[in-house]
Amino acid sequence: MNWLTQLFAAGRTPGNRVLPFVIVLLGVTTLASMANLMLPESSPLHVSTYTITLLGKYLSYAMLALAVDVIWGYCGILSLGHGAFFALGGYAMGMYLMRQIGDRGVYGNPDLPDFMVFLNWDSLPWYWMGMDQFWFAMLMVLAVPGLLAFVFGWLAFRSRVTGVYLSIMTQALTYALMLAFFRNEMGFGGNNGLTDFKEILGFDLQSDTTRVALFVTTALVLCAVYVISHLILKSRMGKVIVAIRDGEARARFLGYRTDRYKIWLFVFSALIAAMAGALYVPQVGIINPGEFSPLNSIEVVVWVAVGGRGTLYGAVIGALLVNYAKTRFTAIMPEGWLFALGALFVLVTLYLPKGLVGLRGQLAARSNNKAGKAVKQEVHS
Amino acid sequence: MTALDNARELMRPDRVWPFLIPPAAPVDVSHQVLLYVEGLSVSFDGFKALNDLNLYINDGELRCLIGANGAGKTTLMDVITGKTRCDQGSVYFGQTINLLEKSEPEIAQLGIGRKFQKPTVFEAHTVFDNLEMSLKTAKGIWQTLMARLAPRELDLIDRVLETIGLKDQRFMRAGALSHGQKQWLEIGMLLVAEPRLLLIDEPVAGMTAEETEKTAELLTSLAGEHTVVVVEHDMEFVRSIARTVTVLHQGTVLAEGTMEQVQNNRDVIEVYLGEDA
Repeated sequence: MNWLTQLFAAGRTPGNRVLPFVIVLLGVTTLASMANLMLPESSPLHVSTYTITLLGKYLSYAMLALAVDVIWGYCGILSLGHGAFFALGGYAMGMYLMRQIGDRGVYGNPDLPDFMVFLNWDSLPWYWMGMDQFWFAMLMVLAVPGLLAFVFGWLAFRSRVTGVYLSIMTQALTYALMLAFFRNEMGFGGNNGLTDFKEILGFDLQSDTTRVALFVTTALVLCAVYVISHLILKSRMGKVIVAIRDGEARARFLGYRTDRYKIWLFVFSALIAAMAGALYVPQVGIINPGEFSPLNSIEVVVWVAVGGRGTLYGAVIGALLVNYAKTRFTAIMPEGWLFALGALFVLVTLYLPKGLVGLRGQLAARSNNKAGKAVKQEVHS
Repeated sequence: MTALDNARELMRPDRVWPFLIPPAAPVDVSHQVLLYVEGLSVSFDGFKALNDLNLYINDGELRCLIGANGAGKTTLMDVITGKTRCDQGSVYFGQTINLLEKSEPEIAQLGIGRKFQKPTVFEAHTVFDNLEMSLKTAKGIWQTLMARLAPRELDLIDRVLETIGLKDQRFMRAGALSHGQKQWLEIGMLLVAEPRLLLIDEPVAGMTAEETEKTAELLTSLAGEHTVVVVEHDMEFVRSIARTVTVLHQGTVLAEGTMEQVQNNRDVIEVYLGEDA
């Protein structure tokens, strides 16, 4: 009987729906891509390129939500600055795309991006070196945010900063970066950011096939990240991480150096966010300092809370639903969106502590309660 | 020339660089004393929680610490496990290991296990997972990521589950256990860690008489192989397990000896047991 109990216990562990998740995600991706590339535009089943790009954007947001869920849902570290890692990854990708423009810019300068010509710079700053190489740019996508997360985590977790103070620090981090990137002298295009991209790896960014390829890549990376996160969180390391969430001092007395676990999980999460940013930029076509804005990072937390934290797939569902709602809502009533988002957050915190994913369990519990009460009443009467 | 000599000296094949020598050096108990606490003082905002405290725990003994609230029992455990820093004094584990230099995880890995006053198990985890995490294994990140349960470890967990009577609850969430069961689980978490020294803070608080009896049995059976230090308020319980009792009062040792000696000690009668007698 033991194996049976074990099986049921495993089935109940949150975040364990790997196979269904991968199948559904890849299935939808394949169908949407085929409907875009193979069906004529007149067909009612045709999926427009606009939709494909939108879906790709949602998926990169979902990846960002996954990153936040990994540290918030499982380790209890509420980061209100994950947008910083997302944006840094995006900027690294943007720099590569910028260098790919070559002499097709407005000023036709083969070496310098437009904004540098505009600022009367005569050569590339050192940190733009090598960014015309795809492999190097991809390395930077991971290295820069990863290093930042490591240094930040090293400083914060070793001095045992937790809770609200940590959240405020992450918020300050992303805010400081936003102010820095707004400056023209930083050499990242200032206010306007990086935009006007032409091609990636020699493929035209405007063509349908490139768009679909980017969308499919995003879906594949999301699947990979999901599976890796699941494997990490299912291992003994994952158990220790949850233990740190529930009782850090106790975990320390078991002999675990909790600061190291937190640092590395934070770095892992930052890497996911950075990859999401790098996939986001070519699909959206622009990266500007607005991505660093604290508001963005807080929105991510709302997605995760709405979907249900500590479940991985909940974060993905939350990100997709809220962003779909946002697209719809901003089309009808743009100024109302932030109010709606705020209301959503309050309602979810009050009535759905486990998010949409936990709704079923909550309903089941309630009907059980009702049944129990009914039985009691019958007994009493 | 000297640089070359230095380099040669550094690269000598018959030597190991100092930082590569494992610091393992097992606990040296050649004088039969496992834990030395000498001249220990801790104060919080002027209040002296511990005041020049001296305590020696022999290897393999079962020692009970008693004392009124605020006598410094829990603070003493905090200092030994690295949670609280002391102002003065020294704490040695065996002859050589200075515990004051170590962090909490390092102390835990040396083989000092602690059970808290309030049962603190990981409520979101199953009973089994709680025990798995407490195993005495490498606790680095990479090792835990790649960890697989060895058959020996599985056997150990099974044995401990049997000992603590939670065999049927092994896949139950620890949060769903009763208070007494949580206490037992926490003792189990200490057992699978195979510690050298167990520090147990009020093990029978909130237990039924029957559970208390079982706990007493367990603790006495542990002594010998392990060294056990128990802090307890329940005098009946202390009487049933104690061989040596140390009475703390206002941060210092008031008396030490067998239960009988202690009970007949005039100082003790005056400040502590006096109320009962």
